[in-house]
Amino acid sequence: MQCEAVAPQLAAIVDGDEMADRRVRRHVESCLRCQAELVQYRRLLRTLRLLRTEILEPAPGLLADILSQLEEAGERRAIRSILSGRNAAYAGGLAAATAAATAGAILFAHRSRDRRISLAG
Amino acid sequence: MPSKPVMPSEVADLVTAAKAGDRRAFDDIVRATYAETYTLAYRLTGNEEDARDVVQEAYLRAYRSLKSFREEAQFTTWLYRITANCAATHMGRSNRHRHDDIDDRLDLIDDRPESDPEQRAYARVLGDHLTVELGHLPPRLRAVVVLRDVYDLSHEAIAKELGITEGAAKVRLHRARRQLRERLFPTRGEDEARAV
Repeated sequence: MQCEAVAPQLAAIVDGDEMADRRVRRHVESCLRCQAELVQYRRLLRTLRLLRTEILEPAPGLLADILSQLEEAGERRAIRSILSGRNAAYAGGLAAATAAATAGAILFAHRSRDRRISLAG
Repeated sequence: MPSKPVMPSEVADLVTAAKAGDRRAFDDIVRATYAETYTLAYRLTGNEEDARDVVQEAYLRAYRSLKSFREEAQFTTWLYRITANCAATHMGRSNRHRHDDIDDRLDLIDDRPESDPEQRAYARVLGDHLTVELGHLPPRLRAVVVLRDVYDLSHEAIAKELGITEGAAKVRLHRARRQLRERLFPTRGEDEARAV
């Protein structure tokens, strides 16, 4: 196996994410050039991981901007919730009124029928 | 001023309070995490202005969808995913008329630097050099290598947030690593190739 065929695979196997097949392993074990390249990949990965601990200084005003945007979003949400609550109250009121009117009509109809029956009797 | 490090358990308590409707708790989460989120956004976008937009959008999205956060993963991991998604959308918008320079090319030595001051200095120089070279990577390659090799997100999560397949995410990752290695440790042949 030639270095040219192994080289593209080194970037994939360096963190053990993908397994090197036996032919690749055998080549790397005996090839100083590919070993050196693998060491460079390992060094690259270690340096990339170290970047995680490095926190950049955000531009001034960013925190205030985020918080004020969230404040606006919170207010919009509160207004929506009030409005939807009010709508629900209107709908509830209307339903209650309709139910009451229906019940009244049924009661009235029953009483009228009872009166007609008693007059006939 | 960058935020002081906050223990994951403290953030978890704040998240619980924020999910219960405590707006101030969410503000505290922002205070505790915004510098780190900005750092990720900066590494993904490569410039301050885009990073600011991405961070603001990410917190807004996190706030709106906080109830859907199931607390199985760490909050910061969830936030990184949202940030990655916002960055991908943002960069997609701003690069719509610009072509990324992406083509289709697609236990040996213990060289840990902790013990040796000279090695530590070298690691610092290497870190600075790497930051510069990350900025030179095409955004689509940079996003994958930052999310995987710096922030340790899974291939699956990266693929989902960037809207690509896992296979494509891996191909981009390997290309990014190759390009970074070639730029950080150029061999004579690679030097000549770059000079042409």
